[in-house]
Amino acid sequence: MRRQIPFALVFIFGFFMIFQFFVPHETSEFFYEFLLDWIIVIGIFALALGIWSLFKVSVEKIKLGKEGAQYSYVTLVGLFLMMAFGFTQKTGEGWGLYFLWIVLCGACIVALMRLRASASAGSKRMWGMMALGLLIGAVLVAIFDDAWAFYFYTQEGLSNSMFRDFFDYIMMPILATMFALLAFYIASAAYRAFRARNLLASLLLLAALLVMSRFNPFLPGAEYVAKASNWLMNVPNMAAQRAIVIGIGLGIVGTALKVILGIERGYMGKG
Amino acid sequence: MNRTTLIVVAIVAALFAVSWIAHAVSMSGQKDNVVDAFMLTMAAFLTLAIFSFLYRDNPFYKFAEHLFVGVSAAFWMCQGFWSTIVGNLIPRLSEGLSGFFQVPYQASSWNFAYWIPVILGLMLLMRLTKDYGWLSRWPLALIVGTTAGLNFVRYLRSDFIVQVSATFMPLLSNESHPWEGFGAFLSNLNLAATGQLVTIVANWVIFLGVICGIIYFFFSKEHTGIFGRASRVGIWILMITFGAGFGYTVMGRISLLVGRITFLFKDWLQIIS
Repeated sequence: MRRQIPFALVFIFGFFMIFQFFVPHETSEFFYEFLLDWIIVIGIFALALGIWSLFKVSVEKIKLGKEGAQYSYVTLVGLFLMMAFGFTQKTGEGWGLYFLWIVLCGACIVALMRLRASASAGSKRMWGMMALGLLIGAVLVAIFDDAWAFYFYTQEGLSNSMFRDFFDYIMMPILATMFALLAFYIASAAYRAFRARNLLASLLLLAALLVMSRFNPFLPGAEYVAKASNWLMNVPNMAAQRAIVIGIGLGIVGTALKVILGIERGYMGKG
Repeated sequence: MNRTTLIVVAIVAALFAVSWIAHAVSMSGQKDNVVDAFMLTMAAFLTLAIFSFLYRDNPFYKFAEHLFVGVSAAFWMCQGFWSTIVGNLIPRLSEGLSGFFQVPYQASSWNFAYWIPVILGLMLLMRLTKDYGWLSRWPLALIVGTTAGLNFVRYLRSDFIVQVSATFMPLLSNESHPWEGFGAFLSNLNLAATGQLVTIVANWVIFLGVICGIIYFFFSKEHTGIFGRASRVGIWILMITFGAGFGYTVMGRISLLVGRITFLFKDWLQIIS
C-alpha cells in the first residue's frame, strides 16, 4: 500500500493529462486547470519543506561545530531578515524601533544557535538566559512600538521597502556578480577551446568570433559581419539546435512514459 | 581565524563604515538616507566580495554566498505565500479566511476541491516525521504523474512534431519565390537578402543540418560509411552552434560585468557620471 497507491496515482494522473489533451471538452479543460492549480499549491508546501531543510542543515552544522559553521549564522540571519521584511510594514513615515526589533530577533536566533551548540551546563544556562532576554525585548518592542506592524491582513507585506531593498541591493548584486564572474573564467576557457588546431576547433572559433563581433560598430565591414552573424544564428545554428531539441524532446517523452508506466521509480526513494 | 584575516576583516569593516557615513552625509536631504546609504554600501561590498573569488576562496566570498542562500530562500517563500496561498488559495478556501486576509472571496461550487491540495501539502510535510514519512509519496506521486503526463504531450508536440514539420521546408521553389529562371536565381547572393537562391540554400542547410545532427546523436549504429560521413557533417554543424552559443554567453557575461563595474564606479564611488 505504501508503494502501490503512489504508483496508481502516477498512472492515473499521468494518463489523465495525456488523455485530456485529446479531449477538447470544457469538463476536461476544467479538471486540467484544477490540477495545475493543485500542483502550484502543493509546490508551496514543498518550498516550506525546503526552507525547513535549509534551517535544519544550518542548525546541525552549528551544533556539530563543522568547518565553516559560522557562515550558517549568516544564512539563518539572512533567512530571518527577509522573512521578517516579508511580513511586516511600517504604519507611518518613520521606522520607529523597527531596526532594534530586527537586531533583537537576529541576536535571539544567534543565541539560540549557541545554546544548541553549547556543551557545558554553564554555557547552556548563559546562552539560554540571553536568548530569553532578547526574546522578551523583541516582544516588548513589537507590542509597544506603533511605527510598524505585522501585516498578515493584506498583501502590503511585500511592499515593505526593506523587502524590496534586500532584493535590489543584496540578492540582485550577488546574482549579477556571480554571473559576471564567469566572464573571467569563460575568457580562459575560450583561450583553450578556440585555438585553431583542427577543422572543428576552427569552426568553433569562427562562429564565436562572428557572434561576438555582431554588435561591434567600429569593425570594418560591420554591416556584413552583422548580416553573416545573423545568417549563422538563423540557419546553421538553428539546424543544430533543432537536432538537439528533437533529441531532448524524444528523451523527455520516453522518460515521461517510463514514469507513467511505473518503469522508472527513482522518485519514490527507498523504504 | 588567524591574525592576518582579522586585520583584513577590520580594514574592510572600517572602509564599510566610512563608505556608509560618507553616503549618508551626501544623501542628508533625502528620506531614509541612513538606510539607503547602508544598502548602497552593502551592495558594493557584496559585489566586491563576490569578485574577491578571482583571487581565491575567502571568508568574504563565503559570507556573500551564504547570505544569498538565506535571503533568496526567504524571498521565494514570501512570494509564494502572498501570491499563491493568499492570492489564489485563500479566496477559494473560505469566506472567513478571505475576510481575515482582506482578499475578495471567489464563490464557486467546486471550491471544496481546493482543500485537497492543502491536505496533500500537509501530507508532503509528513516527510519530516519518521513514522509517517511514506505519506509524503502521495502528493509527490500526484506532482510526478501530472508533470509526466503534461510533459509527454507538451514535448511531443513542441520538441518533436513541430520541429520535424518545421524542418521540411521547400527545397527548390515555393509560392513566395516562384522560379524565374536561372539568371534571377543566381542574381541575389547577399546573405541578408530573401531572394530565391539564398532562401533555398538556407533551407537545404537547415534540412541537411538537422538530419546530420540527429545522425550524430544516433549511437545504435556504428558511424561508418555514408552514415559516418553524415555524422561528421553533423559534428561540423554542432560545432558552429557551440561556437555561436559560446560567443553569445561571453557577450552576456561581459554585459553583466560592465553593469557591475558601472554600479561600482557610478553609483558607489561616483567617479563617472
